[in-house]
Amino acid sequence: MVFERGDFVVDEVRFGRKTELRDRVLFVDEKGLIEFLVSRDDRIDTCTISIAGPGDLTRIICVKDVTQPGCKVRGNRPGEGRKHVLENVAVITCGKIVGFQEGIIDMSGAGAFYSPFSSTLNVVLDIDVVSGLSPHQHEEAIRTGGIAAADFLGEAARSVTPDTMHSFAALGDLTVSPDLPRVVYVYMLLSQGLLHDSYVLGCNAKQGLPRTIEPTMLLDGAITSGNCVSACDKNTSWHHQNNPVVRELYRNHGRELNFVGVVLTNEPVRLAAKEASAEKTIALVRELNGDGVILSKEGFGNPDADQMLLTRGLEQAGIKVVAITDEFAGQDGFSQSLADTAEEADAVVSVGNANERVVLPPMERLLGPISDLDKLAGAWPHSLHEDGRLEVELQAIIGATNELGMQVLSCREV
Amino acid sequence: MSTKYRVIYCLNQFFGGLGGEDKAYQPPQLFDGARGPGILLEKLFPDIQIAATLIVGDNYFAEKTEAALREILGVLTPLFEAQDDDKPHVLLAGPAFNAGRYGLTCGAICRAVRECFAIPTVTAMYPQNPAVEEYKKDVLIARAGEDVMGMEEAVRSMAVLAIKQLQGEELLPDRDGYIPHGQRKNYFAEKTGAVRAVDMLLQKLAGEPFVTEYPMPVFDRVQPAPPVRDMAGARLARVTSGGIVPRGNPDKIEAASASRFGVYSLQGLSAFSGETHQTAHGGYDPTFANADPNRVLPLDVVRELESEGAFGSLHGSYYATVGNGTSVANAEKYGCEIAKLLLADGVQAVILTST
Repeated sequence: MVFERGDFVVDEVRFGRKTELRDRVLFVDEKGLIEFLVSRDDRIDTCTISIAGPGDLTRIICVKDVTQPGCKVRGNRPGEGRKHVLENVAVITCGKIVGFQEGIIDMSGAGAFYSPFSSTLNVVLDIDVVSGLSPHQHEEAIRTGGIAAADFLGEAARSVTPDTMHSFAALGDLTVSPDLPRVVYVYMLLSQGLLHDSYVLGCNAKQGLPRTIEPTMLLDGAITSGNCVSACDKNTSWHHQNNPVVRELYRNHGRELNFVGVVLTNEPVRLAAKEASAEKTIALVRELNGDGVILSKEGFGNPDADQMLLTRGLEQAGIKVVAITDEFAGQDGFSQSLADTAEEADAVVSVGNANERVVLPPMERLLGPISDLDKLAGAWPHSLHEDGRLEVELQAIIGATNELGMQVLSCREV
Repeated sequence: MSTKYRVIYCLNQFFGGLGGEDKAYQPPQLFDGARGPGILLEKLFPDIQIAATLIVGDNYFAEKTEAALREILGVLTPLFEAQDDDKPHVLLAGPAFNAGRYGLTCGAICRAVRECFAIPTVTAMYPQNPAVEEYKKDVLIARAGEDVMGMEEAVRSMAVLAIKQLQGEELLPDRDGYIPHGQRKNYFAEKTGAVRAVDMLLQKLAGEPFVTEYPMPVFDRVQPAPPVRDMAGARLARVTSGGIVPRGNPDKIEAASASRFGVYSLQGLSAFSGETHQTAHGGYDPTFANADPNRVLPLDVVRELESEGAFGSLHGSYYATVGNGTSVANAEKYGCEIAKLLLADGVQAVILTST
C-alpha cells in the first residue's frame, strides 16, 4: 500500500470569480465559499474572508486552527491512494470562543520568525455564529467549517499536475534492515476534554487510545485539532497533516534507522488513566520491538507528567527515548522549566522557552475578531504599548514552540 | 592605533602584595596602575590598561560587607567622574580560585559596581567556590582552576570575557569558559526540533555521546505538613491556582504566566455565583467555572461545614492566582507570601484547589 502526495506551490492567492488554480495562482470564489460555509451548517451566521501573505503588515488574531487545503484524487480509504495538496496555502479559522487561548499570527516583523504560518499564503475565515450557542457548539462549527473550507479550496488542485510527488509506503511494506535500529514514534495528543480535544479519524481522542496508526494516515489528514489551548504549543490540524517527525523518520528509513511504527497516545487528566495509558503505550512499543522512541508532546503542565511517565517507563524497559518539549522557564528564564521531571529523561530536545517575551510592531491590518488583545494567554494588562507595539510571551504566537519539532527555535542555558 | 580598555582591577591583600593574614583587615584602598595579576594581564593584552587597583582585606570585607561595599563605591566614584576618555570601561576582580572569602568579596563587588556604575564586571572562580552559588546568577564568573597554578589561564579568560562584553558580543558558557548564570535563553538553531530529535536518538542508540538540550532540574520535595490535630478548633483558609476572581478581574491577573495573586474578601458571601465571580484562567475550558465558580473553589460547601462546626473558623479572605504556564519560581514566591499572611492571622489549615 502506498500513499502519494502531490504538492503544489502557488505564487499568489487572489479572489476570483471561480475557485481554481491557474498559472500558479489560486483564485478563491469569495462569495461561493461564504455561501458554501453558511449553507452547510446552520450554526454559522456570517463569514468574512481575507487573504494574507508573507511580508504583509497584517496581524491575524484569535486564531483557532489552521488546515492545509487538499483533495483526494484517488482512493477513498485514509492513508491510501493519492492526495493533491496546496503546500504553501493555509486556511485559518478565527473565533472568540474561550476568550483567552486564541493565538496570534504576524505576517511580518519580529513575530514572523516564530510561526510557520507567517510564510504561508493564508485564507483567513472570520466566522460569526448564531447567538445562543454553547462554546462547545461554537468550537465544533468553526472547526468543521475550517476543514470544509480547506476541502472546498483543495478541489482546485484536483485535475492539475503537481509540482512534486512524494510517495510513502505503509510501514509493513518497507524493507527492514537488520543492522539498523528500530525506531517507533510515540505521538501524544492533547485529549483532556472540555475544548482540549483532538480527533482521530473523526473520533474524539479521549477514547480508543493508545493505538498504533499507519503514518500514511497521518499524512492523509487523519488527525484534526479541536484544541482551545495556548497557541505556542498546540498542534493545529496543519501540524498533524505535516508532522515533521513522521517526515524525518521516513527520510532516514533504510539509511540510519528502521521506521517501524507510530503509537498514538493520549494525555488524560486522571493519574490512574495516565498510568494506564503509559503502560499500554509501552506494551505497544515493545510489540513493535522498538529500540528507540521519539516522543512528541502537545501542551504543557499537566502533559509534562504524561511525557515523564512514558520516558521513565520506556527507558526502564530498555528502550532509548528522545523527548521533545518546550519550556516555561519564566519571563526572565530563571525558573525550572517543567511541571514534572524524570531522571531517565536524559535526552531532551527543547523547542524554546514559551515565557520569553517578544515585542511585535504595530500592524496596518488586523484580521479576526479584535477585542481584548491583552487577555490572550501570553499577554498581560500592559501588553499593548502606547505606540501600538504589542509585547507578548511567545506563548501567544501560533506554533512558536511546536512540540512536534516543526520550528528551529531552541533554548539553552547562558 | 589599538583600542585601550581602561580597567579597574580588584584584589585582596594577598594578591595585591600588601601581606597575608596580618593584612586581612586592610580597608579598601585605591592604588595607581597595575599590581599582582594586573601586571600579568597588561603583559598578555597590550590593549588593556589598568587605571587603578583596588585592594581590600578578606576579613575586613567579610565582617563589614555592607559598609565595605559602600566604602568601595565611594572610593571608585571619582574615577567615574573623570573626563570621558579617562573613565574606566570595566572592572575585573580576582581570580579567587577556591578561596571562599575572596570569592564572596569578588562576587559582591562585581555585582555592586555593575549596578552602580553600569559597566561590565568579570571575576573568575573555581566552580566549587562557595561564592559561585550566590553570585553566578548576577555576575559573570570565568571558570578558574582550584589554585594559583591556574593564574594565567584565568586572567586570560577574564580579559576575553571583558572585551567581548565591551564589544557587545553574545557569550556562551562552554565556548567562552564562564560559569552559566542558570538562565534559559531562546535561540534559533540550524535544524528543526524534529531533525535534532532524530539526530540525538541515533547518537543515543549508537552509544555515542550526545548533549541533551534541557538537563533535568532536581525538584525539591515538599514534605506534607502533619495532620491538623483538632479540626473543630482550627482556622481554615482557601487558596486556589484556578483563577477564581471577582467579576471583571479587578487585579487583572493574567490568563497565563500570572505575575501576581489576588486577595479577595469572603465577608458576607455564602457562596460564589456566576454574577459575582468568574475565572481568569486561560488553561482550561472556563464555561463551567464561570457558570458556577464553586466548582473550582467550593465556598458553598465550606460555609455548610462551617455552620456544622466541622472546623473552627474561616479566614476572612481567599487567595487566587492562575497556574497556567506560571513559572515554578513565581508559584513558589506567591506561596511564601500567602503563607506569611495566613500565619499572621493564625490560620492552621488550607484547602488549596487547582484545575
